[in-house]
Amino acid sequence: MERQSPLFRLFLHLAALLLAAIILAPLLWLFVMSISPAADLAAKPLRWWPETMDFSRYATLLSTVENSAGAAFMASLRNSLMVASMATVAAVSLAVPAGWAVSRTPSVGWSLSLVIATYMLPPVALAVPLYMALANFGLLNNVFGLALVYLTILAPFTTWLMKSGFDGIPREIEQAAVIDGASLWQTLRIITLPLALPVVATSALFAFLLGWDEFFYALLFTSDQRAKTLTVAIADLAGGRVSDYGLIATAGVLAALPPMLVGIVMQRALISGLTSGGVKG
Amino acid sequence: MNRFFGRTLLSATLLTAPLSLPAFAETQINALFMAQAAYSEADVRAMTEAFTKANPDIKVNLEFVPYEGLHDKTVLAQGAGNAYDVVLFDVIWPAEFAANNVLVDVTSKITDEMKAGVLPGAWTTVKYDEKFYGMPWILDTKYLFYNKEILEKAGIANPPKTWEELAADAKIIKDKGILASPIAWSWAQAEAAICDYTTLVSAFGGDFLKDGKPAFQSGGGLDALKYMVDSYTSGITNPNSKEFLEEDVRKVFENGDAAFALNWTYMYNMANDPKDSKVAGKVGVVPAPGVAGKSEASAVNGSMGLGITTASKHQDEAWKYIVFMTSQATQNAYAKLSLPIWASSYEDPAVTEGQEELIAAAKTGLAVMYPRPTTPKYQEISVALQQAIQEALLGQSSPEDALKTAAENSGL
Amino acid sequence: MSGTWITTRAWLLMLPLLIVMVAVIGWPLADTVHLSFTDAKLVGTSGSYVGFDNYVRLLSGNAFGRTLFTTTFFAVVVVTTEMLLGVLAALLLNQQFHGRTLLRALLILPWALPTVVNATLWRLIYNPEYGALNAALTQLGILSEYRSWLGEPGTALTALIVADCWKNFPLVALIALAALQAVPRDVVAASFVDGANAFSRFRFVTLPYLAGPLLVALVLRTIEAFKVFDIIWVMTRGGPANSTRTMSILVYQEAFSFQRAGSGASLALIVTLIITVLAVAYGTVVKKVAGSAA
Repeated sequence: MERQSPLFRLFLHLAALLLAAIILAPLLWLFVMSISPAADLAAKPLRWWPETMDFSRYATLLSTVENSAGAAFMASLRNSLMVASMATVAAVSLAVPAGWAVSRTPSVGWSLSLVIATYMLPPVALAVPLYMALANFGLLNNVFGLALVYLTILAPFTTWLMKSGFDGIPREIEQAAVIDGASLWQTLRIITLPLALPVVATSALFAFLLGWDEFFYALLFTSDQRAKTLTVAIADLAGGRVSDYGLIATAGVLAALPPMLVGIVMQRALISGLTSGGVKG
Repeated sequence: MNRFFGRTLLSATLLTAPLSLPAFAETQINALFMAQAAYSEADVRAMTEAFTKANPDIKVNLEFVPYEGLHDKTVLAQGAGNAYDVVLFDVIWPAEFAANNVLVDVTSKITDEMKAGVLPGAWTTVKYDEKFYGMPWILDTKYLFYNKEILEKAGIANPPKTWEELAADAKIIKDKGILASPIAWSWAQAEAAICDYTTLVSAFGGDFLKDGKPAFQSGGGLDALKYMVDSYTSGITNPNSKEFLEEDVRKVFENGDAAFALNWTYMYNMANDPKDSKVAGKVGVVPAPGVAGKSEASAVNGSMGLGITTASKHQDEAWKYIVFMTSQATQNAYAKLSLPIWASSYEDPAVTEGQEELIAAAKTGLAVMYPRPTTPKYQEISVALQQAIQEALLGQSSPEDALKTAAENSGL
Repeated sequence: MSGTWITTRAWLLMLPLLIVMVAVIGWPLADTVHLSFTDAKLVGTSGSYVGFDNYVRLLSGNAFGRTLFTTTFFAVVVVTTEMLLGVLAALLLNQQFHGRTLLRALLILPWALPTVVNATLWRLIYNPEYGALNAALTQLGILSEYRSWLGEPGTALTALIVADCWKNFPLVALIALAALQAVPRDVVAASFVDGANAFSRFRFVTLPYLAGPLLVALVLRTIEAFKVFDIIWVMTRGGPANSTRTMSILVYQEAFSFQRAGSGASLALIVTLIITVLAVAYGTVVKKVAGSAA
């Protein structure tokens, strides 16, 4: 790299500070709102940091007293976890064989392109028939029904990522193992899958984040605590009678924590996943 | 439990057993409520707890959604096998719900006692085509709330009796520099705007429909929108009203940032609660004003009822729950955020105590409640009118043109 | 092993995925096509055949054109801004400075924030009476009085665009950054020797490496921007005066609020068609770029 002039270095640091401020300001404000007393949030001029920090809203939302607002929130947290996890496990289980097949047998690749093309469909284009079908099978307002629908959003992504991952594993290794007398199944289990494990993990993380984020289908297909997910619960809070903005912010912080932790801890894996898919896709 | 009581209970169980075989098998019913105006979520939970204590064999799951989601949720859940048994519905939906077979016709379940005891105006909430689709529960209209302290400061002795006076009073407050924009309304692109508009339509003696055709684009309907636009452009109305829902209006009023506000019953006791409100003790309430020569007062019928969905598998238990929730005892015990549907409750000191002003306003207001149009296509008229109101407020088109377009888009 | 067996085996391995996709996407899509030619209601009647009536009525109505324009405007501005900001952020992060690793980690946060939480957060920030934006701008003396950001047609869509860009430009930045780091150092060094200025270095040395990944990001973000629903639903529901109503919101209104499943389906298919045309056009460009790079 070239040597940076002092002026350029100053510019770089200022730009970096600006970028950090843009990213952090809204997030910090979300947190500040969650710990500010309601009166502070309605004050003019606005108070940017509370005199006394108030964590009571976290207790309110994380309470499990039956038939309370907290119980409703906890139920939605549980539903979100269940739906996103089930859909993720299913999506990865479909993606591993399919991704390998496309990677090793390019002649079937066009079917994967078709699967990925379904991403172009706006969910509203499928909502009515899906709604009727789920109703027929008794899967409306049901975490399994919702997970099945989510599967179709996650699976194209995971398959695409798995295919790129398998592309990076030389087939010569597999061929060598087969020549040594291993069956194909053994080869895959002992050689290929362990090598692809990081990609499996990345795909799973992506899938989980996508499932956690979904709102539209959950809005239409769930009606109460048995299946309603976190995103819908938060939209309800924001749109209804919660005049305490701090409580809405608290719900937001709680819903954002899991994906953000995943994001920070796994950032390397996520970025490499993004780009391997992106570059070779 | 003493032995005698236990034995009575046992024999009672044995007697009723053949009638309802799984007497103590727990039945679970699901009920949908809104988290907006009227009874608070805490009130509904407390009422329900009292019900399940009295009926230990029935478990009630409660679900709360914003008003904006109530209609769509009710319709969408019809397809779910485990959908809601009891739903809260707005006065404007029975026509559509009857046409699409969403609610159970409960005409035969309404007793003569109920018919005699409940205010006649409340019944209109649940009736369509001479059939009853539930019990009225929230008897509500929009009142004019005012901040006594601000009016005093401005030298205004009495709250306005006409809309004209309201505008004049607001101008005084504005000119004296007490508040930049004294009136708060809920004019967001939502049903709330239609409720404010309807209040004005009733004051100006307008009609929504005549012989099944839109009639709001002239006469009182047009005057009402013109009044809104004048109030908005002259600066006496809080310009943010165009993105307010009821809860925003309450927040602004409770913060002392509005001298006048149009809102539902529930705001009276909430704004008078010093815990959340800065204007506690200074809240005045009167019926929404009238128009000289046309009306003394005005009001929109904003009542809501509880009904049983046709998809419910536990219609008897659902009805039991509805009867409990709408009973005079329950309603009298929770009369702070929503007033009872029962005529004699208004003479009961337990109900009126501490809110005499509200009760007085209610006696006038409830008597002149004006309905929004009764038609299965209500949603479409409402959406068209919401758009017209916003376009006129924002100056994108004149009130005349906006309402004309709304009439064309109303689907009627 | 024979070629046919390998192909058959590949199909067998693909089968579970394909079955799920056909059952949960393919079949409903076919049903949507069928519905679009009927006057079916959401509950109750399954409707009767009405030919192209729905399409004709929707395409000739005034809501369609306006909504399509709003959607296109939203998509174009959002995608362009995100691309620019993303590439700029990536160029910055590709330089050496203190705290680079930390900043790169921070970049993940907006992207990981759930869309609905993001919308809720910005709605609170834009609150006309108590919002942080009004407070900050007035306290800094930039604004003389509080404004209604989401209540004015002139600012509502822009406010939504800002909220959407804030959440999504980091994705573009992360993709671009990874691509930048794949640029071989000797190529960059050579360009210095050649005496190229900063712009032509970017244009002729860096951009070719960025083009492929960026196009993929462009396609993804364009599709998403055209389908946008969540952020608008939570922040404005299409108001004020329908100035932020996008296609997905319009379809929702038609199919679910008005319960006209038939014409809702027609509208949804028109949206799908538009997105497909866009994606195919992009795809052609992607192929060309990929071809010229190889």
